Amino acid sequence: MATVDKPVKDIAAAGPPELTSHNRKWIIGFLVAVAAVYVMYQLILPELNDSVNKSVEKWLPLTSVNESLVWVICAIGLNIVVGYAGLLDLGYVAFWAIGGYTAGWLMSEFFFNVDINILGGGKPGATGIHINFWLVLLIAGLFCALWGIIIGAPTLRLKSDYLAIVTLGFGEIIPQVFYNGDDIFGQNITNGIKGIAPVDDITLPGLLPGVPSSLGVFDLEIKFIVYVLIAVLAVFISLRIRTGRLGRAWLAIREDELAASMMGVPLMKTKLAAYAVGAFMGGLGGVAFATQVNGVFADRFNFAISITLLAMVVLGGMGNVWGVIMGALLLSWFNSTALPNIVNSTDGFRPEALSFGVISYLIFGLILVLMMLFRREGLFPETRTRQILHEEERTESEDLHHDLEEQ
Amino acid sequence: MTATPETETKFALEASGITVQFGGLVAVNDVTFLIPEGGIVSLIGPNGAGKTTFFNVLTGLYKPTKGVVQLGAENITGLAPHTIASKGLGRTFQNIRLFGLMTATENVMVAMHSKTKAGLIPTIFSFPSQRREEKEAREKARELLDFVGIGSTADDYARNLSYGDQRRLEIARALALQPKVVLLDEPTAGMNPNESAQFVEFVHEMRDVRKISVLLIEHDMSVVMRVSERITVLDRGEKIAEGSPDEIRNDQRVIEAYLGKTGTEGSAR
Repeated sequence: MATVDKPVKDIAAAGPPELTSHNRKWIIGFLVAVAAVYVMYQLILPELNDSVNKSVEKWLPLTSVNESLVWVICAIGLNIVVGYAGLLDLGYVAFWAIGGYTAGWLMSEFFFNVDINILGGGKPGATGIHINFWLVLLIAGLFCALWGIIIGAPTLRLKSDYLAIVTLGFGEIIPQVFYNGDDIFGQNITNGIKGIAPVDDITLPGLLPGVPSSLGVFDLEIKFIVYVLIAVLAVFISLRIRTGRLGRAWLAIREDELAASMMGVPLMKTKLAAYAVGAFMGGLGGVAFATQVNGVFADRFNFAISITLLAMVVLGGMGNVWGVIMGALLLSWFNSTALPNIVNSTDGFRPEALSFGVISYLIFGLILVLMMLFRREGLFPETRTRQILHEEERTESEDLHHDLEEQ
Repeated sequence: MTATPETETKFALEASGITVQFGGLVAVNDVTFLIPEGGIVSLIGPNGAGKTTFFNVLTGLYKPTKGVVQLGAENITGLAPHTIASKGLGRTFQNIRLFGLMTATENVMVAMHSKTKAGLIPTIFSFPSQRREEKEAREKARELLDFVGIGSTADDYARNLSYGDQRRLEIARALALQPKVVLLDEPTAGMNPNESAQFVEFVHEMRDVRKISVLLIEHDMSVVMRVSERITVLDRGEKIAEGSPDEIRNDQRVIEAYLGKTGTEGSAR
């Protein structure tokens, strides 16, 4: 394992890059967790008595697990932009929204005057566009990547704070377009505030015994596996790229943009690639989200999502995929399940002025502040980052010591 | 087609009539500067003489107001820095600018970006061609690290290397661009006399073994005099002298402009 003095052998140096012992441990860990969750909900829970069942249902409902997986997928995407390439993006929700609406358009009866069906999961005889879920994933990913490039091309010339502000703008603009998109030159594109619902079921090849070929609203256990698969895909892509030529260029830009360009790394192109790959995963997340809540609704895509995603990346450990996953799982679970439960349990002896919203934001904010005070590198930082944060203190004190000696 | 006239000495880099203006300030005024193939030349001058500005023009960071920069037979005036770098112009930095949280090997491999080509899909699916390319790049990086004498630090993070090793790593990284010309910006800053002497030898070895031309910006006169074949002196944006170390040493204008007035300040650095 890593020690501070001597860096671990670099991932790129040993064999197939994504299979170092360090990574393998995480992969096994997550596989065990996935299997455990699946077995618990599918086999064990139905056998147990009501009281256990109820508390699991209260503290770890499968819907909240599934929702947190959607967050995981998007956080992995944002991690590419923020953690790998070091570009602060405050408008990532735009890609989530575009991905969601792509699912809404291609997997529903919204465009009722056309009738396209490509291996779709729509009801028999329904009009509209019904394209297979897995195809839509790919289409939405590519569509978002395209939008990443469209948004990135003008904005990525800006640096740090200015980039953050402009991405913030796009993060507001795009959801607003969807929100007001029920009358664009007389065309109803997004159905405005009503949103597009329902979306089609997820279709499966139906090769496995006992697995339905189309997943309805209540097939949460199978959906769980589907979302895990998408998350695994996102992890796989981001790890592979990270250790390759492009990943090195991203890291170089994060470390020193000027030096990178002087070493032949084309800044614009490389940054755009980060945006595109990040947006691709936002698209995956958007489609997954649409199937998870069974529809897309413009008011769900707000600024808070961008910020929460950023918090997940930072708290989990910027640059480390596994850390980001943990950050996303924990924060999402905390937001969707733990916090409401905690606050609700104070019902009765809680002053009237402290509404649910006030308390939940209070606790959430407190946790963020505490994290930044005591563990600012995140829960599971990248080996590299862990180094810098622990060393700098030492060097600073050494410098101070040095200065004192000179005087 | 640019037909370059066959002259007796070929030039690796030609900068002719370079003028850089920032608003009303003329930082570099009509400077012509040549680096012969396989030559080691130095650019010196007191602080504020325009050396760094001129350097930045060569590397593409600034676009010259007037003038043309040619690398080999190619006109590189006004191209983006990364394009110029990939065409064969490597550089080091006055204040070391390594990628601190990347290993020495990775640092060198970054500079091979323009020489490798694996795209997204080959990387994601780890095509054999991509794996081969990575392996070759890594081997070449190790070779370069050995060449500059820091092979044992290949897996250390750049920020953890000693100061001297960081300077060496910067050179290895510049060499990874397979440059025709390497620009060294005050490479011996912070070195003791012993290290500087070693460095002089190293520059000669680099030129002889790797067949590249070297341009130095340097404040340490003992290094400049020993290492350079030709020296160009800038003062207040103008070229005031050019010639062999001996000629420069005895040039009255140089002594006045450089050593006479601000010489003490210069050699103290």
